[in-house]
Amino acid sequence: MQGARFWGTRGSLPVALGAAGVRAKLIAALRNANGRTFDSDGDLRAYLDALPFEISGTFGGNTACVELLTGGTEYVICDCGSGLRSFGQATLARHGAALPQTYHVFVSHVHWDHIMGLPFFGPAYIPGNRVVFYGGHRNLEAALRRQMEAPSFPVRFDVFGASIEFVHLSPDTAHDVAGMRVTLKRQHHTGDSYGYRFEKNGRTIVYSTDSEHKLTEPNERPAFADFFRDADLVIFDAMYSLAEATSIKADWGHSSNIVGVELCQLAHVRELCLFHHEPALDDAALAKVLAETRRFEEITRGDTALRVSAAYDGLEILL
Amino acid sequence: MQFESRHIGNVAVAAPAGRLDHSVSEAFEQSLLPLAGDPNTRALVVDFSGVDYISSVCLRVLMLAAKALRARKGRIAAVSLQPIVAEIFAISRFDSVFEMFPSLPYALGALSPGSAPAQGTPAAPNNA
Repeated sequence: MQGARFWGTRGSLPVALGAAGVRAKLIAALRNANGRTFDSDGDLRAYLDALPFEISGTFGGNTACVELLTGGTEYVICDCGSGLRSFGQATLARHGAALPQTYHVFVSHVHWDHIMGLPFFGPAYIPGNRVVFYGGHRNLEAALRRQMEAPSFPVRFDVFGASIEFVHLSPDTAHDVAGMRVTLKRQHHTGDSYGYRFEKNGRTIVYSTDSEHKLTEPNERPAFADFFRDADLVIFDAMYSLAEATSIKADWGHSSNIVGVELCQLAHVRELCLFHHEPALDDAALAKVLAETRRFEEITRGDTALRVSAAYDGLEILL
Repeated sequence: MQFESRHIGNVAVAAPAGRLDHSVSEAFEQSLLPLAGDPNTRALVVDFSGVDYISSVCLRVLMLAAKALRARKGRIAAVSLQPIVAEIFAISRFDSVFEMFPSLPYALGALSPGSAPAQGTPAAPNNA
């Protein structure tokens, strides 16, 4: 296991950086330049690299889709949110359409934001490719087919030219897929969701999104601490603030940055990556959440530091 | 965890002390919620001067207390937060749930009959 590449990081609904947002970033960058001149594109890039990410970049707006960099020849993907379209385009650009590929797709659950990219996944339409879906839901295939039925979508699921397979995975049992040891955990979410623990060559990535952590359930903390135990990277649903998650948005099926830090510290995780960003939060707000989460980790730190990052479309984390 | 409480008029004042972490959450809940649920309590002030840390599960207890009070139009305030606890309140956004005051006298003045709620008021410096 080498790392993870993020193609979609937003929760619930795709969002776009609109004209006003672009303009605000340009104003901030130009104001920050304060009359400075640039002799080359290299100077410009260096200047942009030194700006805060919320000015020079954007967290992006595609819904959940994460590629695991396993070091193998077959692709491994978590969730089919709108980011799957970009992933598919990238693999086609890399290999062309004539060279068959295998895609292993692990689905956390079948809510729309986690499956909406599939109808736009180019490799699924190409004969010779193989797409294998894995999940803990018995209705996984039915849900993927249904979203492509009339009148919701003009192309039916059966039009896919690739070999499509479905594999049901039982939770709390280890499975061998694409050279990885894969374990599932059922999570609190409407209709249930499943977290995945992927282990290969002594490296571990946990993908745990759309998961509400019930703070009063006695087994909750130890069970998730075991699931996260000693992971190199935990991709964690931090959609809401703790205040929201315990009040007006309780039982909405999501968690917070605070609980993410606490669980990862308990489990001796190396890096926590905040994920499934609330679509109402702009880049400045998400950057603030990241800075605050790092500060929370600092003031609650035990013997070892927990690295904290926030996922954005295009981020690559190498273990 | 230590926990003391008293009433000043119909304002209940709770004063936990120590580290409010997972290990004491049940005791914290059993101590605080009866105060919040007492129909004679019109307002609850939690004095954090003796608290040096609060975890998510104990923040949730505070949220339960806030819900209990708000259900009968009561008010809840936090006072005298140590800097670290004040940061945790801000990061968790609990500073928007509680009326925040630098010290108990400020809270008692604001929570006296006829005073308006000051929800969301930023915490003043503790030395103010």
